[in-house]
Amino acid sequence: MMDVFTKPNLLEKPILTVKNLSKQFGAGCKFCRPDQGERLEKNYCQNCGTVYACSQVSFDLYPGEVLGVVGESGSGKSTLMRCLYYDQEVSSGEAYISTYHQGEKNLFLASSQQKRYIRNHVMGMVYQNPLMGLKMDFTSIGNIAEKLIAAGGRHVGGMESRGEELLRHVSIPVSRIKEAPKHFSGGMQQRVQIAKALSNNPPILLLDEITTGLDLSVQASVLDLIKTIQRQEPISILVVSHDLGVIRMLADRTMVMLDGKVVEEGLTDQILEDPQHWHTQQLVYSLL
Amino acid sequence: MNNHYNFAFFDEGSKREIRRAILKAVAIPGYQVPFASREMPIARGWGTGGLQLTLALIGRPDILKVIDQGSDESVNAVNIKKLVTKTTGVRVTEDTAQATIIQSRHRIPEIPLTENQILVLQVPIPEPLRYFEPSELATKKLHAEQEYSGAWLLLFEQIMNYGQMATGADHPVLVHNRYVMAPSPIPRYDNPKMNCSSALILLGAGREKKVYAVPPFTRVVSLAFEDYPFKPENFQHQTCRLCGQAGIFLDELVDAERTYYQCNDTSYCLKRQNEKQD
Repeated sequence: MMDVFTKPNLLEKPILTVKNLSKQFGAGCKFCRPDQGERLEKNYCQNCGTVYACSQVSFDLYPGEVLGVVGESGSGKSTLMRCLYYDQEVSSGEAYISTYHQGEKNLFLASSQQKRYIRNHVMGMVYQNPLMGLKMDFTSIGNIAEKLIAAGGRHVGGMESRGEELLRHVSIPVSRIKEAPKHFSGGMQQRVQIAKALSNNPPILLLDEITTGLDLSVQASVLDLIKTIQRQEPISILVVSHDLGVIRMLADRTMVMLDGKVVEEGLTDQILEDPQHWHTQQLVYSLL
Repeated sequence: MNNHYNFAFFDEGSKREIRRAILKAVAIPGYQVPFASREMPIARGWGTGGLQLTLALIGRPDILKVIDQGSDESVNAVNIKKLVTKTTGVRVTEDTAQATIIQSRHRIPEIPLTENQILVLQVPIPEPLRYFEPSELATKKLHAEQEYSGAWLLLFEQIMNYGQMATGADHPVLVHNRYVMAPSPIPRYDNPKMNCSSALILLGAGREKKVYAVPPFTRVVSLAFEDYPFKPENFQHQTCRLCGQAGIFLDELVDAERTYYQCNDTSYCLKRQNEKQD
């Protein structure tokens, strides 16, 4: 599935660099400080109830690359995505985007206005649940316009034609673009979300379990759409899924998470054909 | 004046608290200042916000005018006037030019206001982003970060659904290039009167416990898109059946046979009719 154009080039600068991202829920106590990690039950401290959702996650995302993140439920995949999209604040860690201040400013230390700017201009996010990413009572085209307006769009005609173009791209019939997503099926809602995420041509797209809960034929059409977008646009994608089939189809490289830590990382083919860590082996062998 | 109330109904402490809120509102044009909205002898939602501002501001030499949807004689206006005169003894007037404090609901008078006047507007929903974001905590943040896509999106939705900006009243405005503000449910026709107004404009929301202001000579711009400019209601082709005036804000009255129009601002209409007779 690897395309010559999307193969990561080692001489290239990564578009997104994440270093030691950690996120914990709870204050922590003397039994569960990071150096005492083995006392945790999975990522949960039985003494104080703190959950270490992500600990010391580091990775690079290269231009045009698709990086997969797999792991069982509760392994910190979604928390990682939410931290990157500023839906949650990180406990510690750094992230840099090469197009933002030449990649010299830590994204997590930006002011709230700048965070909004980054969200609106540099990133697109597709949530597992369309309720998170869409305003269900607004029109579909209005949902797309929301992101364009946030990025400074003030021309109705321009935003309307951009919205139409995107919705046509994700196979929403033109006759239904002024309908509210609440009237759409789950697959259609997901496609509206994807159109919204793409509206500002963001260099980075975050996909969080986008096919979970969709039936197989709709899953296939959503994945097909992502593949098409990836071929047509110069976009880097971080895709989170617990479904190895999705990862196999989309991702060039994959990292495996367990209890908030990255336990294995490598080319997707390698990970799936020759898993090294016991957890990855478990995941691969339980593949139906 | 002989009654059991303090001058202007409130105790002095209450007046001072409201005046402090007003001062802060004037200092930050368009910013909604929270205040401890008092219990009033009229129900919340019937102009308690405006009434509290009026009572906190009024002094013995003041002359008060109260209008409701352009009329000096509607129930709401009459009751508010009665309450204020009974507790202060100040003079009331219907003549816009004479008044020093004008409390109004849903209209700004037709006669241009002067530097010696204060316009107090009653506000039901002070938050211009409320229909976009129901949470007050969230809208406070949006204001702080000057993130107003929600206000624009509401207008965009109207254009998508109706082919034009369809705000019947309360068309959002940008004040002093900073805060987006709900101008209270005045018609779009009145929005331009807020821009660089000579009079101080105070807005009070009793139920929502907010006070905000447009100081004199402040820039107030109605939100609009590049290709969909802001358009006030147009009355160029109708005339008032009483005074014959064209091009001002008219009421449309429909009876079985026909539709006719008359001035919405009753005192303005009366004044014109008197002038004609002279």
